[in-house]
Amino acid sequence: MTLTSRYRFSASHRLDTPALTPEENRRLYGKCNNPHGHGHDYVLEISVDGPVDRDGQVVNREAMDTLVRQRVLARLDHKNLNADLTEFAATVATTENLATLVRRTLAEHWTLPARLARVRISETDRNSFELEVSKG
Amino acid sequence: MFLTRKAEFSASHVCANPAWSAEQNQAVYGNNANPNGHGHNYVLEVTLAGDPDPVTGMVFDLRELKEILNREVVDPMDHRFLNKEIPPFDKVIPTTENIALEIWKRIEPVIARKGVALHNVRLYETPDLYVDYGGPQ
Repeated sequence: MTLTSRYRFSASHRLDTPALTPEENRRLYGKCNNPHGHGHDYVLEISVDGPVDRDGQVVNREAMDTLVRQRVLARLDHKNLNADLTEFAATVATTENLATLVRRTLAEHWTLPARLARVRISETDRNSFELEVSKG
Repeated sequence: MFLTRKAEFSASHVCANPAWSAEQNQAVYGNNANPNGHGHNYVLEVTLAGDPDPVTGMVFDLRELKEILNREVVDPMDHRFLNKEIPPFDKVIPTTENIALEIWKRIEPVIARKGVALHNVRLYETPDLYVDYGGPQ
């Protein structure tokens, strides 16, 4: 059985890569390249899977919420991704890269008996990025 | 092809093991263990897998599917206190996981037929928390 829980965080970012010229960055990223950045209310969905335990649960809700809050939301919520996260000093703060970072961070600190199965981030209602975590 | 139909029911429940202390229940189920119960607007999404019938063009008669979901799930569970009124939840703790398992058990035998299988039961307890069950592994 899979359990999915949804969380929210608000953050700003700017898409810009030193690998391209300012003109190329503007063309590639459009408004997302505006110099002072902009923000989103991101929605994060974390899915875990495993058998239903004797308590009738795939995972203890509070343990999962605490892990996500401490390891992910505390680092991202009301932050400037480019300025506040060292991971985005040299990496473009796209939501693809953000989803990869969230998956890596959760995998590194995972202490729950259920398996981390999927990370999905919606940047807006109209776009989302999903990463499966392979089994084994 | 996958076909998904949605249904809603509102019910109250309490998640607590009667053999445990209030503190133990609080540790495992959080405020879901509050003794007098509380309610949710459950949203059920049932997904069937099959090929469209060459004559009717349908995977499954949606009217029949609606009747099955009403008869097996919505009519018995809507506006009820699951623990007090709906077996097996007098003995089985009505977590979202266990409700999804019970729904699978109720509807799978009446849906499965030649060329059609129940593929997934998704049950939202709130808009921000849901489980997916695809049957016994």
